[in-house]
Amino acid sequence: MSGTFMGMPGMPGMPGMPERSDRPDAPELPATPALPDFPAFPDAARQAVGDPVLRANLRRATHTIRDKRARAVAELADWDRLRAAGKAIKDHTLRHLDRYLVQLEEAVTAAGGTVHWAADADEANRIVTGLVLATGHREVVKVKSMATQEIGLNEALEAAGIAAYETDLAELIVQLGHDRPSHILVPAIHRNRAEIREIFAAEMGRRGRPAPEGLGDDPRELAEAARLHLREKFLRAKVAVSGANFMVAETGTMVVFESEGNGRMCLTLPETLISVVGIEKVVPTFRDLEVFLQTLPRSSTAERMNPYTTMWTGLGPSRGADDDGPSAFHLVLLDNGRTDTLADEVGRQALRCIRCSACLNVCPVYERAGGHAYGSVYPGPIGAVLSPQLRGTGSAIDASLPYASTLCGACYEVCPVAIDIPEVLVHLRERVAQGGPVTREGIRVRIRPARGHTAERAAMRAARLLLDRPGALRAGERLLARARRLRPRRLPGPGRAWTDSRELPQLPAQSFRDWWARERGDRA
Amino acid sequence: MSSRDRVLGRIRRATAGYGAAPEPAVPRDYLRVHGVRTPAGTADLLAAHLAEYRARVHRTDGDGIAALLARLLAERGARTVLVPPGLPPYWLAEARATRVEDRPGSDPYELDAVDSVVTGCALAIAETGTIVLDAGPGQGRRRITLIPDHHVCVVRVPDQVVDSVPQALPLLDPARPLTWISGPSATSDIELDRVEGVHGPRTLEVVLLAGRAQ
Repeated sequence: MSGTFMGMPGMPGMPGMPERSDRPDAPELPATPALPDFPAFPDAARQAVGDPVLRANLRRATHTIRDKRARAVAELADWDRLRAAGKAIKDHTLRHLDRYLVQLEEAVTAAGGTVHWAADADEANRIVTGLVLATGHREVVKVKSMATQEIGLNEALEAAGIAAYETDLAELIVQLGHDRPSHILVPAIHRNRAEIREIFAAEMGRRGRPAPEGLGDDPRELAEAARLHLREKFLRAKVAVSGANFMVAETGTMVVFESEGNGRMCLTLPETLISVVGIEKVVPTFRDLEVFLQTLPRSSTAERMNPYTTMWTGLGPSRGADDDGPSAFHLVLLDNGRTDTLADEVGRQALRCIRCSACLNVCPVYERAGGHAYGSVYPGPIGAVLSPQLRGTGSAIDASLPYASTLCGACYEVCPVAIDIPEVLVHLRERVAQGGPVTREGIRVRIRPARGHTAERAAMRAARLLLDRPGALRAGERLLARARRLRPRRLPGPGRAWTDSRELPQLPAQSFRDWWARERGDRA
Repeated sequence: MSSRDRVLGRIRRATAGYGAAPEPAVPRDYLRVHGVRTPAGTADLLAAHLAEYRARVHRTDGDGIAALLARLLAERGARTVLVPPGLPPYWLAEARATRVEDRPGSDPYELDAVDSVVTGCALAIAETGTIVLDAGPGQGRRRITLIPDHHVCVVRVPDQVVDSVPQALPLLDPARPLTWISGPSATSDIELDRVEGVHGPRTLEVVLLAGRAQ
């Protein structure tokens, strides 16, 4: 058994990438994999912030979606009540997660499906690879799925000689561009039309039907090229892999929200359908969908409803009778760090997430740094709380993610299931800086403070020492006041990181205590 | 130990801290419907919301449906039209396009060669501009409304139209395959420019058919 892996290949085009950082908490933990060669958030973000095209793409996109979303939400007078209901449904489900998963398993099995359980990414990849190989086919079409990205399924399939084709337009752009997604909803948000045209013209022919001659960069033309390129794959596909937005425990119903119809193609045409779904996606009853069918599309794409939603239950009652949909359905229930997250009383609320991505579009840090800097398939505020919980804080990137926020609270305001992201961020900062008890792979362990935070803690200890001794503090302040001409622009040593992005404040000519003593001392 | 037992065991340990602490009930005080409308008002709202997402909306009654469907297919230049089992025959009585019966064995390539498809629906939701298909009579398998580029869907008004999502769910059977359609296939993945028609039908026409089921 290996630890939680969240498929994140090395960063292409990321110069100055440091060597793999040592795990600061190694001795007290079971094997927790560090991310392969990924820089901490500030280093990764610096690249993005220096790229004016990327920043312009991101700014336009996030502002457009956030404005539209606000209008779509304002249409519902009971939005706050829907939000409270969504939060309560998810909390209730998490509290009784074992019961609902067993109920789901029974319902899916009764409807002709097969349920598999995967404790981690390796196991899920092994299960899916084995299922595909057993069909005798070596190609799969894929619906966009965060869970399969998280476990690096495409890489695992390709290692087994199976070609995996992403069919969501944005995922296709990312896959053909040998790139990584940078947004949960619009994974190619960092690419503009000219870049997409280049990618299609250069790469489509290597994976199937080439892009039409003389392809222009009009979105309509580009979408048409994708339609033609993918249609041959849909029509011949025998195996499909999907995720799901929701699973209903009482009925065994799976639900996929989408826009393009690629989801419907994958979910209905192939003979075998394999869905890999995080265990937190279950809801108790069919009726519960009435909440999320209202909140997810409006929060996510700012629409009253997304163009297509598909719901299916196992192989359905018509199994074998009229051949409507796949003749084999496999559901792979994925843990991969979710139960560890569930064990954290503050952090578990992140499991309420329905992946709408509203928090990304309002986040001032995401808007400037872009999705790649988060080093995870989950970027933005939700990624900053989810990734370090699913993976642990052992790597440089995961230890830095809780700091990738201004704590402005905008993410909490827009969250349709009211995840208090700032609260979790502060909680995780404390864990990174102070260490403490956590659950990793189901085992309660203590982690040490992350390296790099020793200076911070030393400074706090020094401050306490000084503040407890007023005489020493007064002497120190006077010394500083006299040395104010010598004020450096940047602090040396561990303080340097702080002055990298801030002005060192001016030192006053005298301390407040001295000023008080002189001005008011006689009256005190 | 199986992974099933391992995962369930982890969950039980993780949730043990909840103990016997009382659990608040899920608040269900959200609205069942947003606004008060007459049946005609509900149909108007459905039409407006469908049109906003670029579906083409038409209205007719039992006397006009055959002519309307014939015209829509002719305007499209459809030479062939897919017909699901259970579609009222008189709907297509005047259509010139060759009827292609949907049959279980047909492969996707056969469906790809058909120009148009005409179906009914299970119900429609006005507040969101959504039609729901459940593979019942007159709707056929999920794939027939997916592969052809032109889908004409007939909604009986008022008896197949509800106002809201909370009103729709109790009327649907989750054991049946359900397809919720809100406007034609669309993508906004390229610079957030909305483009209709990627993989599903590029043209969705919805016919609001006045009068009760016959």
